[in-house]
Amino acid sequence: MNTEMIGIMVIVGLTFAMALPLGKYIAKVYLGQPTFLDFLSPIENCFYKICGIHPNREMDWKSQLRAFLGLNLIWFLLGMGVLMLQGSLFLNPDHNPSMSPDLAFNTAVSFISNTNLQHYSGESGASYLSQLVLVFFQFVSAACGIAACVLVFQAMTTRVAGKLGNFYRYFMLTITRILLPLSIVLALILSFRGVPMTFRGKQTLITLQGDTTRVSRGPAAAMIAIQQLGTNGGGFYGANAAHPLENPDYLTNALECISILLIPVALIFALGFFPDAKGLSRMIFFVMLAGFLILAVPAIYFELHGNPALTHSGISPGQGNMEGKEVRFGAGASALWGVMTTVTSNGSVNSMHDSFMPLSGMTEMMGMMVNCFFGGVGVGFLNFYIYMIIAVFISGLMVGRTPELVGKKIEAREMKIASIIALLHPFLILCAAALAVHADLSRHITGWLTNPGYHGFSEMLYEYSSASANNGSEFGGINANTPFWNISDGMVMIFSRYLPIIGPVAIAGLLAGKKRVPESAGTLRTDSGTFGLMVLAVIVIIAALSFFPALSLGPVAEHFTLYR
Amino acid sequence: MKENHASRIRGLLRIALGQAFLKLDPRKLIHNPVMFTVEIGTAIMAVVTWLAGTRPGLSQGTVAYNAAITIVLFITVLFANFAEAFAEARGKAQADSLRKSRQDTPAKKIFPVGEMYVNEVRVVRSSELVKGDLFLCEANDIIPMDGEIVEGMASIDESAITGESAPVIRESGGDRSGVTGGTRVLSDRITVQVTANPGETFLDQMIALVEGASRRKTPNEIALTILLAGFTIMFLIVCVTLEPFGEFAHTSITIASFISLFVCLIPTTIGGLLSAIGIAGMNRALEANVITKSGRAVETAGDVDVLLLDKTGTITIGNRKATGLWPAEGVDPGEFAAYCALASKADETPEGKSVLELSTAALNGHPVPGEVSQWIPFSAETRSSGVNLKDGRKIRKGSSDVIRSAVVRAGQEFSSATGERVNQIAAGGGTPLVVSVDQKVYGVIELQDVIKPGIQDRFDRLRKMGVRTVMVTGDNALTARYIAGVAGVDDFIAEAKPVDKMDFIRKQQQMGRLVAMMGDGTNDAPALAQADIGVAMNSGTQAAKEAGNMVDLDNDPTKLIEIVEIGKQLLMTRGSLTTFSIANDVAKYFAIVPALFITSIPALQALNIMHLESPASAILSAIIFNAIIIPLLIPLALRGVAYKPIGASALLRRNLVLYGIGGIIVPFIGIKAIDLLVGFFFMAHH
Repeated sequence: MNTEMIGIMVIVGLTFAMALPLGKYIAKVYLGQPTFLDFLSPIENCFYKICGIHPNREMDWKSQLRAFLGLNLIWFLLGMGVLMLQGSLFLNPDHNPSMSPDLAFNTAVSFISNTNLQHYSGESGASYLSQLVLVFFQFVSAACGIAACVLVFQAMTTRVAGKLGNFYRYFMLTITRILLPLSIVLALILSFRGVPMTFRGKQTLITLQGDTTRVSRGPAAAMIAIQQLGTNGGGFYGANAAHPLENPDYLTNALECISILLIPVALIFALGFFPDAKGLSRMIFFVMLAGFLILAVPAIYFELHGNPALTHSGISPGQGNMEGKEVRFGAGASALWGVMTTVTSNGSVNSMHDSFMPLSGMTEMMGMMVNCFFGGVGVGFLNFYIYMIIAVFISGLMVGRTPELVGKKIEAREMKIASIIALLHPFLILCAAALAVHADLSRHITGWLTNPGYHGFSEMLYEYSSASANNGSEFGGINANTPFWNISDGMVMIFSRYLPIIGPVAIAGLLAGKKRVPESAGTLRTDSGTFGLMVLAVIVIIAALSFFPALSLGPVAEHFTLYR
Repeated sequence: MKENHASRIRGLLRIALGQAFLKLDPRKLIHNPVMFTVEIGTAIMAVVTWLAGTRPGLSQGTVAYNAAITIVLFITVLFANFAEAFAEARGKAQADSLRKSRQDTPAKKIFPVGEMYVNEVRVVRSSELVKGDLFLCEANDIIPMDGEIVEGMASIDESAITGESAPVIRESGGDRSGVTGGTRVLSDRITVQVTANPGETFLDQMIALVEGASRRKTPNEIALTILLAGFTIMFLIVCVTLEPFGEFAHTSITIASFISLFVCLIPTTIGGLLSAIGIAGMNRALEANVITKSGRAVETAGDVDVLLLDKTGTITIGNRKATGLWPAEGVDPGEFAAYCALASKADETPEGKSVLELSTAALNGHPVPGEVSQWIPFSAETRSSGVNLKDGRKIRKGSSDVIRSAVVRAGQEFSSATGERVNQIAAGGGTPLVVSVDQKVYGVIELQDVIKPGIQDRFDRLRKMGVRTVMVTGDNALTARYIAGVAGVDDFIAEAKPVDKMDFIRKQQQMGRLVAMMGDGTNDAPALAQADIGVAMNSGTQAAKEAGNMVDLDNDPTKLIEIVEIGKQLLMTRGSLTTFSIANDVAKYFAIVPALFITSIPALQALNIMHLESPASAILSAIIFNAIIIPLLIPLALRGVAYKPIGASALLRRNLVLYGIGGIIVPFIGIKAIDLLVGFFFMAHH
């Protein structure tokens, strides 16, 4: 076995090995059991007191959502203000200009929605103040997703009807007990490996050739840690994790890679430590793992085997498909990162996805189209929850019982919400892509595509998949900083962030208020392998049926043309 | 018989076919969103066909091709309508044949103030009877209308309704006062009050339900319709956005192709069969001689968690029988038998009769020790019965504690041997009756229940379905436990009063369980109303029948088990056909997507894994398959997916393999076969 494969296995193995104890710890945090970070509670109480929050007051699902949406609106306004005025505000040693309104809109939405699609380059497009505000957004947007997810955990496992807990408390604990400690550890390791952490401006260097060059730096390590851990993905530098100062060596690459998947996996394990949810957690984990492998294995295979067109012309495929990749990571680890960053809604990149083989590019798109094989922190589970509702409904019927999930009956209202949310993602991706294709064809706004044909289509499809999955990575190849893309992406991100959180929380809230049906031999067990297969089938079929025609015009057509 | 059956089916087909056309009315079809979109697609295709014929420059394919697509789409809608119409027609035919038995028969109506007398009896037609009227039935009369006996008692032949030839006894006052129109009085004479106006009987209600006039979608059906509508919208988006995508790839897609792709992908199979499945559920209930008052009731039956069953008549056959006479120590067996016989001589209850029978046989030539002067009937207060003899002696038989307290009060001894005997009988599932003469214990009569053969298997089946069975009995806890153990019920309520049933149901419902019960008496009515599924026996009182949501014409308490299975089948059929319908899309994609793009992107030939003849024949084959799968599945929709009590996970596995994996494979074979046929005719044509 070659070293590349060993590296991949070590990274994946370490991720799961670390996620298990972390999951146990996360469950303890939310269930109010003692942990080693309890010395922080005076600080938390201080914040509660200042904000006038009663962390132990029960909130119903509607007020939980009001709290969540209210906070996000305030952050959006803050972001717009800072980004549009950054040129004349403090902490701007490089004198970067203010953002245009459409770019500021795109960027603010992009960061509060945990997407981190960047239509600017950090080095020249954002001041250090803006970068810090964006880091703040990276923390709070991740914490919002996790808090919403814990709400649903609580609703599913509670024995007391309607007891959901308090959104503010979940939000606060997520930041102080989970995100901050992990980020501090990761940021420290990164800065030891050479990632900059400073507020000073560009550094002037004389290179080996004797040229003078100026190197961008700034508070990068802090941002990169939360960017990876919070499935944000928005990097400090334009080249993201391919930049040597963002991701200096194989070790940082491995750590950053692990950080992408760590919390999404740990949250699923955490569910297993909630009362009576062990089996459910196991089922969800294995379904997600299966989905992850279905996407990761072909991507790694195609990247390691190189481009047949080049092989044909006599170039050895030994290094794999190295176009657009960093030599220090290699084709295999880059492919693994590519899939990890797209199945979760992370979106940081350490190689150019535009240069991946057609079908590896497709697995990345599919990761975002499904968006729940681990998925973004918190929201990955929420997306999975919707598929689970649909799977429970169909399989409940198939065993001759009104469908129920953890003892709660699924009826018309829940189905209505689940159908709308399941529909939303294909709707946004396909309609936005159709709009862009139409605009391109009618030549109103042209010149954004650098590639014609199937690949150009893939680029547009990828862009909106990324926006709608709140992923934020780019295929590249599109000049996306135009009002058309800034605004259309921004709208897609808003819808695809908030509705898929509102929907599952509403369903969980409705279900939590219902009577719990005691289990019997006729009850469909949701922790069985059979049901797991059913969920996987529902996910695959819905995703495949929605996107197969579009994909067949992009990567599939490209693949068969290339491999003919 | 066979020929008769065939002609009956032919009749149904003719009716259903006519109805299928009537149901094309968009105002009716809009209730079925999936098929409604297909109808719109058909209309658009008709216009396109006409345009293709009149405007030669239009690049929308040949007239023949467009016409073929239009016709197939039209037939798809027709097939779906036909499925619903056929299920309706069949239900109506079943109900009609039941109703036929009660058509105009002469009725002896009682006029409170007649032309000549008060309470004059005149013969009128049954259709003239209205609710509240009284009529008289004598031996050999056909009972003209459903009603309740207000006076008298009669033996009645109910074979016309139930198929059971043994006559039954119906009498006023008790819980068996209901009579059904169409049945025949064999003996005696009864006065009956009409309980429903013509056209408003339960059977009429059910016919209306089947015919669709008052049929409403059940909650589960609504939820499924929402999901199917969701899929429909999703595929609409997929098809609409494909237009610019195709244009970007320099592929123009004809309207016919778009509409074919759309119709193939939306779940037409389940959409077309959904209402037929629901009607068929009610039909199956009717086949089991159960009238349901709503479609919802059948569906709920599948969810039942707890089954409340009366011991008598359900778990045991009829009434208890005397099986043993145990004289007290020092009492001659013959003498004891004689007293037993005397005590039961006037006892008309089946139990009393069986005591008389047994003790007469055990007399052994012993003379009858006296003459009866007064018969003391059983009452709930004294909980004993007996006779007073002319010489003043008092014979009593009753439950051990009643006799014991009377004996002890009189200063006599209640021996420990007797006490032991009593316990022994009770522990063995029997009911002990202690006999005393002048407050002196003479012995114990053992009454035993006879448990219905095969009942254990049925409870076992229920347990595997996840349904708990609870026996309700007036017996003491010891007896109840024994019978519960032998019969295999999960739980029992002993010494139950009517109010206990009600409390039990409420308690179970608070825990989130759905409860089903069967009852006949007026005092069952509140519990029947409270239960999620209340099945009233047709022989029961009107109050009971009004309170329940189903009426069992056979008066068979074990019918609940069948009803639960029918409910489960109904849901399973829906779920399995939904799965089948969605799984079909995989193959349809592999037929249509290459066909759409192959001319401009030859590399996509690799997706044409079925090696279909040409793009046109691929699309045509896919929509033909899509259409004919509907009538092919009608028998399954009407019959229902087979239910097997093997546990939920095993059942899911089984149905997933059959309808999920089957649903992926079948269309591959079907579309390929149709493509070969289409290709063959196309070739022959040229």
